[in-house]
Amino acid sequence: MKKIIISGLIFSVILAFFISPFASIFPDGLEKFAMNHKFLDISEGKDIFKAPFADYEFTFIKNPVLKGSMAGLTGVLFVYGIIYWFGKILLAKKTK
Amino acid sequence: MHIPDGFLSTKTWGALDIISVLALSLAIFKTKNKIEDKKIPLAGVTAAFIFAAQMLNFPVLPGTSGHFMGGALSAILLGPWTGFLVMASVLIVQCFLFQDGGLLALGANIFNMGIIGSAGGYYIYVIFKKVLSGKYEKAAVFISGWLSIILASAACAIELSISGIVPLIPSIIGMGSIHAAIGIGEGLITVAVISYLQEVRMDVLELAKI
Repeated sequence: MKKIIISGLIFSVILAFFISPFASIFPDGLEKFAMNHKFLDISEGKDIFKAPFADYEFTFIKNPVLKGSMAGLTGVLFVYGIIYWFGKILLAKKTK
Repeated sequence: MHIPDGFLSTKTWGALDIISVLALSLAIFKTKNKIEDKKIPLAGVTAAFIFAAQMLNFPVLPGTSGHFMGGALSAILLGPWTGFLVMASVLIVQCFLFQDGGLLALGANIFNMGIIGSAGGYYIYVIFKKVLSGKYEKAAVFISGWLSIILASAACAIELSISGIVPLIPSIIGMGSIHAAIGIGEGLITVAVISYLQEVRMDVLELAKI
């Protein structure tokens, strides 16, 4: 089990760090549909907060590839961490 | 398929925020009762993989891309409640850290991809596995991945129509047809991951599904 977790994490890191720069930049299904029906622009300026790494970019990194790759890497580890942390909390509550 | 803020009417996102909060509470309650220590890292790595794979848009039609969603995969691996929680966690992180999907529309995105895509995908898998009488399990996995995307996109289409943006029928046909193509990628990736796990470590798939 441990082996599959570690290899799964390494694989995810490789995807997010090394492969994400090669992702297609075409609009996704919903964006394309919104473009076809001419309503894509109604979401402009509607964000009610500013996320720190909007568009999966570390804006403080200059390198155009690295700014996305580092954001991807951070996201992968953060998502793993948050589930692990929350899972342990639930586990502690279960045993009580 | 992440809906940004501005697309949905207040009533629509408001109702879906309430539904998603209720569903999350129920899922946390259900998971808490049956959680096992060794399932926690598996849930974590599933979420990490989904997050990474969602960054990898692949071209599907001229000028259109799609990416893996992971709803069916997480629910087949972990069960409908935990799979839904994993999916919702990814969506919450994407919203708060990466501005992917609106904050007000977060409930709608959790509803579409978590409740419909993940928990729904699980039951599609269970039903097709039964229909195919345990044979052709890969077909059941593929159908689950493919349909989970189409159904999630149909839910999104209905929400856009309720919000008065696009009439219902063209909305469902438009969203459904694009996502029927994206769903093929979803089905193939889901089959690839499940088959790989069956190949290397059966016990991962034999943990209790919550």
